[in-house]
Amino acid sequence: MKKLSKKTLVIIVSVLVVISYILHKTIAYHPITIAIMLVSTAIAGGPILRRAVSALRYRIVGIDALVSIAVIGALIIGEYWEAAAVTFLFMIGDYLESRTLEKTRSSLKSLMDLAPDTARVRIDGVEQTLSPEDLKKGMVLVIKPGERIAADGVVLEGTAYIDQSSITGEPVPVFKEVGEQIFSGTIITSGYLIVEATQVGESTTFAKILHLVEEAQDAKAPTQKFIERFSRYYTPAIIALSLITYLITRDIHMALTLLVIACPGALVISVPVSIVAAIGSSAKNGILVKGGEVIEKLSRVQAAAFDKTGTLTEGRPSVVSLHAYGMSEEDLLRIAVIGEAYSEHPLATAIIKEGANRGIVTAEVPENPEYIQGKGVRFMLEGETYLLGNRALFEDNGIDMKAAIKDIQTEEHERNTAVIIGTSEKVIGLIAIADKLREEAFEVIRQLKKLGIRKSVMFTGDSKGTAETVAHTLQLDEFRYELLPEHKVEAVKELQKKYGSVAFIGDGINDAPSLATADVGIAIGAAGNDVAMETADVVLLGQKLGSLVDAISISRMAVRNMKQNIFFAIAVAATLLIGVLLGGVTLSIGMLVHELSVLLVIINATRILRFAKRKKYTIL
Amino acid sequence: MKNIVMQLETLSCPTCAAKIESALKKTAGVKDPEVLFNTSRVKLYFDPKIIDEEGVKSVISKLGYGSLSVKEIS
Repeated sequence: MKKLSKKTLVIIVSVLVVISYILHKTIAYHPITIAIMLVSTAIAGGPILRRAVSALRYRIVGIDALVSIAVIGALIIGEYWEAAAVTFLFMIGDYLESRTLEKTRSSLKSLMDLAPDTARVRIDGVEQTLSPEDLKKGMVLVIKPGERIAADGVVLEGTAYIDQSSITGEPVPVFKEVGEQIFSGTIITSGYLIVEATQVGESTTFAKILHLVEEAQDAKAPTQKFIERFSRYYTPAIIALSLITYLITRDIHMALTLLVIACPGALVISVPVSIVAAIGSSAKNGILVKGGEVIEKLSRVQAAAFDKTGTLTEGRPSVVSLHAYGMSEEDLLRIAVIGEAYSEHPLATAIIKEGANRGIVTAEVPENPEYIQGKGVRFMLEGETYLLGNRALFEDNGIDMKAAIKDIQTEEHERNTAVIIGTSEKVIGLIAIADKLREEAFEVIRQLKKLGIRKSVMFTGDSKGTAETVAHTLQLDEFRYELLPEHKVEAVKELQKKYGSVAFIGDGINDAPSLATADVGIAIGAAGNDVAMETADVVLLGQKLGSLVDAISISRMAVRNMKQNIFFAIAVAATLLIGVLLGGVTLSIGMLVHELSVLLVIINATRILRFAKRKKYTIL
Repeated sequence: MKNIVMQLETLSCPTCAAKIESALKKTAGVKDPEVLFNTSRVKLYFDPKIIDEEGVKSVISKLGYGSLSVKEIS
């Protein structure tokens, strides 16, 4: 019998039950009818009884025990139809429940299926296929279109579009070229790459994400712990209740029916299904949520504290505007790019990056560059002397800045850094650089307000002026400036006192203590930043601040779902109880309603999985 | 002490998980068993001098649940 699959058994029993029901209605309790009912009960009920007995050996009284007692009781009093119906319903219920449960877990499973299973490496010029476990750091991987990347690495050769949705939740493929970082578990949609592995096996970002998600699923919510403790005493209590009912009423039908309807199936499953569906739904949207407790806490957040640099802003300076006097912007930028060729200053990086964006890539380097500490650089190019730097550099050299003064003042007013470019006689241009706000930052703050978050607060180490400008642009409720990391922790505590539950959103650089102190620590774009991934309760993958709104929405949806499920489970049990006491609810009806309630609870939880499709707003 | 993670067939009710966990707790040689319902996994330590992997598996299969794979954690 063991060789028959669950599905086959369900079909066999279903057929037997239907036949016996027809016989029961036509020729009533004929020996043949009874025989078929008994066979059916034995097939469906055997495993239940076996499980109940083995559990009893370890002194555990579970649902199996309740059902077994009820069925044996029914057989003793000659209710063969009831026995057959109850075992059949329990069996089919169990089967359908595990099928639907699979669905609530499916989005997590699909994530795990993304783990690469082979890797093509080039060793001494020869390509060979290895299992990802055998990869070593420094090996050279060859990856073709459609293939999954088996290690984290840096592109040595080639260009490709890569689907990074497993890491970032972002479905649009990203272009990668030489020198860029690629991640294990992502897929090349077109192109061809030669990659040097920098992280392999369990150390890859993808493996770490998988591990976190796996752990998260079974990190229990407080509500769940409560229900588990409750059900440990509940089942034995029901047996006692049933016994007492029998002793008082001498009604064995009622006593047996009580056992069946009191099964806590729907109640005990109510929380874990909602949680696992919420974690799966979050993961699909590029959000790692570390367990049920985090979901409950996240749904209750009252105030959100944002770190400025790297969270509300992109975290790296970039060119925001260009002013060229008497030449084209491109020519000006070319001079600046060449002038900065040797520099590793963040401002220089921003200028070179802007050049690359506009197609200005040159191998030319400045002649006789002379660096003036804290001011800038003087260099020669094509026989002309150029100066590149701040106001002080030009003042020191007595160069007239009249042409640019208005633009300089405007940029400074906007809190941008102005890099001035000039010859030894006059100013020829100005490049304004700033750590740009994330495009979605304003919308995120607005959505949080809509969600009823009472205060959005910004923390920054910057001066009051800069902080004020950003807070004003984003319409933040409050801001704290000139904060050191330890001050940020204090500020979080202060908010907790004022508003209760506080979420801190940071990039994990310098703010791990605040992530740990807040009720919910949320790290943005922490892929590759292990400390942040470990400290934070929620990780927004792929640098998407917009996911914050999704994370809170999903957590609230999950908590609502959990409450619906708990309420529904208790209401069904209570209704059935009244039904039994008033009469009219038989064993098989009780079992049917009970199994249906479990199924409905699971199906309700699968609604959380459809979150992404129902999103009413779009954020970049 | 060996530390292993076992992947079980899909657990369909949290009480099954609780049942396996208390059974393992009462098994000699097994330490700190933890049954994870959502992932249908069991994490535990066992003393190879008292019980082996097969012994642990049989405790679980006697309760009616099959184990699919066993992985040792270093």
